[in-house]
Amino acid sequence: MSEPTAAVQTSGLGKRYGRTWALQDCSFRLPQGRVAALVGPNGAGKSTLLRMLAGISRPTTGEISVLGRSPGTQIDEILARIGYLDQDRPLYQGFRVSELLRFGRELNPRWDEARARRHLDELAIPFGARIGQLSGGQRAQVALTLCLAKQPELLLLDEPVAALDPLARDDLMHILLQTVVDDGVTVLISSHAIADLATVCDYVIILSAARVQLADELDNVLATHWMLVGAAGTAPLMPVAATIVSSVTTGRQRTMIVRSEPPVTDPGWQVIEPSLDEIVIAYLRARQRPGPRSRDRRSRDHWLPGRRSGDRLARDRHDFDEPEVGVR
Amino acid sequence: MSDDGPLIRFRLDPRSGVPAYRQLVDQVRQAVRLGLLRPGDQLPPVREVVTQITINPNTVHRAYRDLEAEGLVAGQQGRGTFVRAAPAPSAAPERQAELHAELIAWIDRARSAGMDDEGIRALIALSMRTPDTAREKVAR
Repeated sequence: MSEPTAAVQTSGLGKRYGRTWALQDCSFRLPQGRVAALVGPNGAGKSTLLRMLAGISRPTTGEISVLGRSPGTQIDEILARIGYLDQDRPLYQGFRVSELLRFGRELNPRWDEARARRHLDELAIPFGARIGQLSGGQRAQVALTLCLAKQPELLLLDEPVAALDPLARDDLMHILLQTVVDDGVTVLISSHAIADLATVCDYVIILSAARVQLADELDNVLATHWMLVGAAGTAPLMPVAATIVSSVTTGRQRTMIVRSEPPVTDPGWQVIEPSLDEIVIAYLRARQRPGPRSRDRRSRDHWLPGRRSGDRLARDRHDFDEPEVGVR
Repeated sequence: MSDDGPLIRFRLDPRSGVPAYRQLVDQVRQAVRLGLLRPGDQLPPVREVVTQITINPNTVHRAYRDLEAEGLVAGQQGRGTFVRAAPAPSAAPERQAELHAELIAWIDRARSAGMDDEGIRALIALSMRTPDTAREKVAR
């Protein structure tokens, strides 16, 4: 019965700032050795979650276990074994790269200086350069290099590739993935663009409107979601335990994303295996209900790829309260 | 073993909806079929694939395990994964004829149930892509 210790486990986790819940009722378990994508629109609670895991902020409700320890009481033990990269990547602008390396060396007992120097060599970042003189991509690479030289068992990376050009993003990912191969480090990496992580992750956590919408192995996510296309105003036959994630009517057509362990087959409906992008967007659409809006309304359109204006949303009707689905 | 690095280069289509590990499996099969990979050749090491196409290492391991399970390649502890001497043989001709007849009978049944050819093709494609676990549930 003894399960191996999870890299991260939360239950009923919540964080309130004033009267607003930034994260609510968050429960998931991330096994060790995974590269997990934490996806959701800006303002969904991704940073809030990562900061609580890193012990930087305290939860309002619920429990956290990081590598089997509680950030509330055993934060020193946790800090020695994790690497956390804030989305602002705060590095002292006036310091030289070599000086930051020395900091790392003196403050971390498990510091791997040779690895740090090798990474910086590969990236052609001069040790003598001041942080303020480096490009945004190089600063991100220095920050990740410092994190990895700690030899962490768990890496918490908050939007590490946002604002990086494609080449810098690729370089960063390569160093990260090689460390996964070499050390088996667990990675929890947040992004507002799932396309950046679709081939890199093997575990998916979808956050939106301050709640966890889905947390599962990528293979399982792909194997249990179905896209159904049929006539507007009709409903497909579905297995009893199936749940509708999203349903959109465009003119005469109804497009649904359905979660079901057994495959969905209805001769009157086209059944398609959706891509991870399509599944993620379906979960986020499901939060676009009428009524009280969450804080992230303004930023939502940036998250949806290829959707620069609201015209598509105006044309489509979201079938939020349409439970009429044939069940067999 | 080659001294010039990997013999083939993988590519990924992230938009295809086909899981990445299956894309790798298909590409190795194709390379063997085309003679780009021959018996004794080494598959690209996981560490190199990871940086070649920015992919999760567990996905590459999974693809290589699947290829090993079907007998196309064999892993050698600490050395890598190699194409095996003889690819797994296809079904015997008489067994193939038998399966062919069963499939024709099934297609006839589907047509008389009112399905058109496109619907039948879609159903076959769906069934082939249904993972083993879900397949058991359908059978039940």
